[in-house]
Amino acid sequence: MLQIENLSVDFRVDSGWISSVTDVSFTLGPRASLGIVGESGSGKSVTALSVLRLHAARNTRMRGRIMFDGQDLLTLPERRMREIRGRDIAMIFQDPMHSLNPVLTIGDQIGETLRIHQKLDAAAAQKAAIGLLDMVRIPDAARRVTDYPHQLSGGMRQRVMIAMAIACRPRLLIADEPTTALDVTVQAQILDLLRDLREEIGMSVILISHDLGLVAEFAERVLVMYAGELVEEAPSLTMFARPAHPYSEGLLKAIPSADEDVGRLYAIPGRIPDPGRRPPGCNFAPRCPLVQPACTAAPPPLATMEPGHLIRCPVRLAAMETTG
Amino acid sequence: MTDATTLPAAAMPPRSARRRILMRRLWRHRSFRVGAGIVAVIVLMAVAAPLLSGGQPNAMSLRNRFAPPSADFIFGADNFGRDIFTRVLYGARISLWIGFASAMLAAAGGALVGMASAWFRKLDGIIMRIMDALLAFPAILLAIGINAALGPQVSSVIIALASAYVPRMARIVRAAALVVRELDYVDAARVSGAGAGRIIFRHILPNVMAPLLVSVTFVFAYAILAEAALSFLGIGPPPPHPSWGNIIAEGRDYSVEAWWIMLFPGLAISLAALGMNLLGDGLRDVLDPRLKIEA
Repeated sequence: MLQIENLSVDFRVDSGWISSVTDVSFTLGPRASLGIVGESGSGKSVTALSVLRLHAARNTRMRGRIMFDGQDLLTLPERRMREIRGRDIAMIFQDPMHSLNPVLTIGDQIGETLRIHQKLDAAAAQKAAIGLLDMVRIPDAARRVTDYPHQLSGGMRQRVMIAMAIACRPRLLIADEPTTALDVTVQAQILDLLRDLREEIGMSVILISHDLGLVAEFAERVLVMYAGELVEEAPSLTMFARPAHPYSEGLLKAIPSADEDVGRLYAIPGRIPDPGRRPPGCNFAPRCPLVQPACTAAPPPLATMEPGHLIRCPVRLAAMETTG
Repeated sequence: MTDATTLPAAAMPPRSARRRILMRRLWRHRSFRVGAGIVAVIVLMAVAAPLLSGGQPNAMSLRNRFAPPSADFIFGADNFGRDIFTRVLYGARISLWIGFASAMLAAAGGALVGMASAWFRKLDGIIMRIMDALLAFPAILLAIGINAALGPQVSSVIIALASAYVPRMARIVRAAALVVRELDYVDAARVSGAGAGRIIFRHILPNVMAPLLVSVTFVFAYAILAEAALSFLGIGPPPPHPSWGNIIAEGRDYSVEAWWIMLFPGLAISLAALGMNLLGDGLRDVLDPRLKIEA
């Protein structure tokens, strides 16, 4: 259904163009769930925004192909793209505090998608909004529909955002860090809700997060991104049980354990390289515990370790082959 | 879907509730209360002019030329024996209309220009440089120029003052719109498939109304003052119909012998400007808490 081929995204800065996402490819079938993990600046959100083509056209250069239902979204005229947004592909954002318009009621905002795509009138849209609020488990929906965003808690607002996103029963929902701004207990509720809705509506979901544990629990497959590149792709179980790339290992180790009493939390040393000053070889080499001289010479390719499991680390790949 | 029995609750007017909260907060603000009171009294007096004064604003009575303030002429009479009190009451109609109309027109023009500038980034440089050029002229000078070109009518005073205040309105709207257009809910609207028109008018414009409304009150006050200045220079609303400005202008030759001709319309102008400014201060404090100085 969604097939991204060699997507690269560059942004214009004062001194020219810098590369944000480099050569990312993956596919997503109908009713599938995919997680994208990486730290801030890894390019995970940029990849997702590219699918909806939300970058300012003037300052962005996109190469590659984003095939959705057999058409390339990158070459589609803006008019056609607008029909797809909200109807076929929807998105929810990280910060529910700022994702709702403060001067419109939540009913107005949920109904808006329907009024745009299904040309509903105000009354019908309002009625549909109540149904959608029910669907995202907001109690007393008929009364809540006339509330303004400031009257709702963060978790409630995120539910409203989800209601807006699923209004037209899209086939793909992109959730960009949907729980980062929320309490831990609310996080779990929102993820449960997304899981249920995925079943009910039969849509595919791309979940973007910096939390590998959360993503592995939610999605069938997980992509790990680092410095604009895909470094590992695997089924979540594999990723959680035996991550192959040293960066994924580090991410997993960085999840604090509830059982053990650790004095100091684990952190991967160093930080993500600036897009303008990436090292000549492997982007992760400066922080990597397994680094070899060859790593800093040339960028490593993404290679298949076993069917469905890709990594961008020749050192680990070679080690796997010798052991077994 | 919900059943019909729960639907009437949804029909409860939501906007009125929000408005009520806002009104309560405004009312608790002292300078807003005083300003609104002054403005309300002036507007009421302008509307009720025929009830407050039996005379006609242009009725002359040569016997009473330069009559000083007395029981019959509480504000005195001018060189034609016209009652200043009546003229100030009727003059309020024209002066307030000029203030209101030019503030509204300037707001509409400023909103249009400012939104265009914030939305079409390529035009931004050109539009704002033109606005800067207009701002470089003193507003009153610009108004004199435009007014001179259009001829002496009330409508040309309004157009002149409105054009003079468009640039500052445009700046306010542009600045606010530039902030709002980068907010997540604008992205969210785009994700829903909303087009430019819907985003501009439904999502951005309502969210820049607060600073715009506040500057409307200030421009209202400026415009009343500017009307007086234009009249004083002889290019305001033409006599004999009274405006506060032209009563003063007509009285200036007699300022030593008949001080009352200029004093009372002058007081009316000061009071109206003071009222609008207090009202605007209150609005700003309540609508834009970031600028709050004192409660």
